[in-house]
Amino acid sequence: MEALRKKFSLTLPQNSIRIIRIIAALLLLALIIVRAMDVAAKSQFGADTWLRLSVSGLIIGGMYALIAIGYTLVYGILFMINFAHGEVMMIGTFGGYFVFEAFNAIQVSGADGNQLSFLNAYPVIAILLAFLAGMTIAALSGLFLEKFAYRPLRGAPRLVPLISAIGASIFLQNAGQLLFGPQRRQYINPVVLDRGIGWNLEVAGSTVVLTYTGIFSLILSAILMVGLYLLVQRTKLGRAMRAVAQDKKTAALMGINVDQIISRTFVISGALAGAAGVMWGIHNGLFNYYVGFLPGIKAFTAAVLGGIGNIPGAMLGGMFLGIVESVGPAVLGIDFQLKDVLAFTILILVLIFRPSGILGEALTEEKV
Amino acid sequence: MMLEVENLNVHYGAIHALKGVSFHLEEGEIVALIGANGAGKSTTLNTISRLNKPTAGDIRYRGVSIVETPPQDIVTKGIVQVPEGRRIFPKMTVVENLEMGAYIFSDRQRIEADIEMVFGKFPRLRERRKQLGGTLSGGEQQMLAIARGLMARPQLLLLDEPSMGLAPIIVEQIFDIISEINQQGTSILLVEQNAQMALSIADRGYVFETGKIVLEGDAGDLLEDPMVKEAYLGGG
Ligand SMILES: Nc1ncnc2c1ncn2[C@@H]1O[C@H](COP(=O)(O)OP(=O)(O)OP(=O)(O)O)[C@@H](O)[C@H]1O
Ligand SMILES: [Mg+2]
Repeated sequence: MEALRKKFSLTLPQNSIRIIRIIAALLLLALIIVRAMDVAAKSQFGADTWLRLSVSGLIIGGMYALIAIGYTLVYGILFMINFAHGEVMMIGTFGGYFVFEAFNAIQVSGADGNQLSFLNAYPVIAILLAFLAGMTIAALSGLFLEKFAYRPLRGAPRLVPLISAIGASIFLQNAGQLLFGPQRRQYINPVVLDRGIGWNLEVAGSTVVLTYTGIFSLILSAILMVGLYLLVQRTKLGRAMRAVAQDKKTAALMGINVDQIISRTFVISGALAGAAGVMWGIHNGLFNYYVGFLPGIKAFTAAVLGGIGNIPGAMLGGMFLGIVESVGPAVLGIDFQLKDVLAFTILILVLIFRPSGILGEALTEEKV
Repeated sequence: MMLEVENLNVHYGAIHALKGVSFHLEEGEIVALIGANGAGKSTTLNTISRLNKPTAGDIRYRGVSIVETPPQDIVTKGIVQVPEGRRIFPKMTVVENLEMGAYIFSDRQRIEADIEMVFGKFPRLRERRKQLGGTLSGGEQQMLAIARGLMARPQLLLLDEPSMGLAPIIVEQIFDIISEINQQGTSILLVEQNAQMALSIADRGYVFETGKIVLEGDAGDLLEDPMVKEAYLGGG
């Protein structure tokens, strides 16, 4: 039976596989369009809903993008998928959470003499410190992860660090559960970033709320992405990162400390994931040790979608996935609970039909 | 003495690539290392640059052992390698490649001045300053590789087969520039398969064969040596 199957697939010419793929893709596309038209005809949703969905997609997409950059940076330099990256984000979420908790517990007297928490007396400082803490601790986890889980395996076959990454991911999840318990916690935001309130927009006769937490997250992700891009393109560190990604041996001959650049890549990736983690907490509220798992896999999907190793690709991939996940179920007329299924369907489809990603990839000779 | 290599042994797993290689280089010299494919010439340069660790033996630079020095510090000490196959960063422009060469420096003005200096030596590169390294011709890439090496202000330049795959007229140009660099005060360790060219500009030479040095002497004498003539100069 097995032999028969092998024989069949061997005799199937390369071209017909391609044609089958294209037909499958077209069928899928047709299905989506028919379904979407059907949904639109029933006019189940008005413009307000579409806007609401798109905006919330963009917000989550920004967070996916920040995490996806970490996958892509590490892959670009080490040709490995850092499967523990979602856990790095989780650690960042806890970092920001404890800063807010601590500041909420400190009472100070406000301008009018009333007692209020430090969190609400100095919200800007509290928010800055929450991000600083979340990003720093996530960056440090990235650093240690590289040092203890990946560096000793440098030069081993590619599957080996991958297994180590999965192990590290499970280890960090369990460590998180042991340290912080399995229960869900709630981010205590400063009042200025109260969840659910925001600017009210009148659209098609109904009100769309652009939440402050969402707008804040979206702007911050955009700033961080621009910052990262400038760092990679304009700074000496960025140039060294690109050189190491292109050719490690030659980078060493230029006087670049290759191990140090690899460490710093993990630090930067970790810091971005940490920022996404704090945003996640601020915007969504509830979280526990498991918070990094789904965003981690989704960001990985986004990175693959954009072409792993390609930084703008990861950014666009993240935004795209956020929107698809949010708008997609409405377009397809399926249950909103199925948004995760949608994301993973995309991952599988991309891996099957276009493993090099939509934007192509930053392949180098070194890629084995 | 600028560089002393003593009883150098290098293994790649079970492969014994260098079996007790010893040679030296005086300040200001051009020393050629010649030999057939796989003789161990690149391995020697890579071990000096500390991309490989020797299993035995010593390398001394101006009297100090450098076998434990990490690769980036080798460059800071003034030993700069222009690797075999040029290895230009393909997705960086000519100028960015040159800036990578000056990675160990941070004085912008000095780097700008050095870029002008290497453009003076290689005017072709100035015309192509914005072009991506990967799109340059072979000869241009070799020029860029040497120029990039010069950006680190080497005192000892290790050149690995600069003539590889280039037309004779380009090879002439490149060797003229190598002589010029040497006259301006940089010592050069030159690895070549093109023994004729290498020995014509070198002071002394060493002949490698399967991980060992089998012959050494003044470049002029080696050019006349019957064994060298037979093996590397097309029968003389
Ligand atoms: N990274 C490596 N792993 C395993 N073996 C290697 C490696 N690099 C070189 N070798 C082996 O070591 C020996 C010496 O190789 P080396 O590259 O130093 O030769 P070479 O004299 O520079 O040759 P060529 O003129 O072809 O460049 C060869 O047998 C080669 O196969
Ligand atoms: Mg060689």
